[in-house]
Amino acid sequence: MKKSSMLGLLVLVIRRDLVLAMRRRADMLTTLIFFVMVVSLFPLGVGPEMDMLRKMAAGVLWVAALLSSMLSLGRLFSADYLDGTLEQMMLAPQSLSVLVLGKMVAHWMVSGLPLVLMAPVLGLQFDMSAQALGVLIAGLLLGTPVLSMVGAIGAALTLGLRGGGVLLSLLVLPLCIPVLIFGTGAVEASTAGLGVASHLSLLGALLVLALAFTPWVTAQALRISME
Amino acid sequence: MLEVSNLACSRGDHRLFSGLSFTLHPGQIMQVQGANGSGKTSLLRTLCGFMMPDEGDIAWCGESIRDMGEDYYAEMLYLGHLNAIKDELSALENLRISAGLSGVELDEKEALGALRRMGLRRREMLPTKVLSQGQRRRVALARLLVSDARLWVLDEPLAALDVGAVTLIQELVAEHLARQGMVIFTTHQPLQVAGTEMRGLSLS
Repeated sequence: MKKSSMLGLLVLVIRRDLVLAMRRRADMLTTLIFFVMVVSLFPLGVGPEMDMLRKMAAGVLWVAALLSSMLSLGRLFSADYLDGTLEQMMLAPQSLSVLVLGKMVAHWMVSGLPLVLMAPVLGLQFDMSAQALGVLIAGLLLGTPVLSMVGAIGAALTLGLRGGGVLLSLLVLPLCIPVLIFGTGAVEASTAGLGVASHLSLLGALLVLALAFTPWVTAQALRISME
Repeated sequence: MLEVSNLACSRGDHRLFSGLSFTLHPGQIMQVQGANGSGKTSLLRTLCGFMMPDEGDIAWCGESIRDMGEDYYAEMLYLGHLNAIKDELSALENLRISAGLSGVELDEKEALGALRRMGLRRREMLPTKVLSQGQRRRVALARLLVSDARLWVLDEPLAALDVGAVTLIQELVAEHLARQGMVIFTTHQPLQVAGTEMRGLSLS
């Protein structure tokens, strides 16, 4: 028997959540397929006018990413809450924030990263240029972790509530507006031939802020929900 | 040493108990008794820090558990009504993960040994969703074997267990007490521990 360190515990939680996600692959796939469907509906609904599609591409992809990340948030803590694992996590000899951070990272790898990888393929439907696609992916890479982390706060607050899913979206979506603005702004700036550094830096700053504060806030929200 | 002084707890507007004081010394075991709804589980959850008491304080070795935080959790182990077992994982994975969460890294041999002592030989690799209720409880209780916590807080540890498993739990509790551990638990079934006086705490 060996005592586990803070890092050891973080890795344990990430690995555990990834193993669980692999054994419940359907959950992961539904989020991804929802994303693909929503994005694909726009060219069908709006019509094949290239100019218009190109203009709305970034917005559509970002909004779809935002909505599909809401889908999986409800499950972030609820399974652990129902089977008692969350109680045991609160009794861990390390700060609950560390465990929460592990869950956020795993959640992003399962629900955010596949969206980022899928985005270039979907971007082609909108006739996006290679450069714009590159910026879109960079923005999504910086922005989707923020969605997971901010969403975790909402998931913790609505834990155990009936109809929590809708409430969760109402709570979290407004908080994600800055990510949406800078993410789409970066793509627009790149197509207009302007620099994208400022938009991406702001997204990076949001990510750093979220990394610093959301695990702690989520941990507090979980403690409130458990009472 | 666990000291509870003048504790009061309520659920909603309903006052469950008030003015509750007791001290649990190393090597002592205490059974919390009372009818359904008398606040047994609430008391144990308060001892874990899940619930804030309305009044009073809980101290571990002279320091309030609210100030100790994680240092207190390193010294205690709680098993509640819920098994904290994942259906998709095998008994072995479940035990290693739950031990890991409580800060103890187990290698495979130690975990297998614990599961076998709990009577789960040849079930170690099965996903726990195919195990029976009692077997799942055994997986959860296997943590008692691999924990080095001094205080055990057990909520209905004997629920769903057969006679053999109850005997085993009695042995484990006796071993823990002999190591100067402390146990506080609730049960509706008789639990006899040889060689120690069972203290009772009645909630009404």
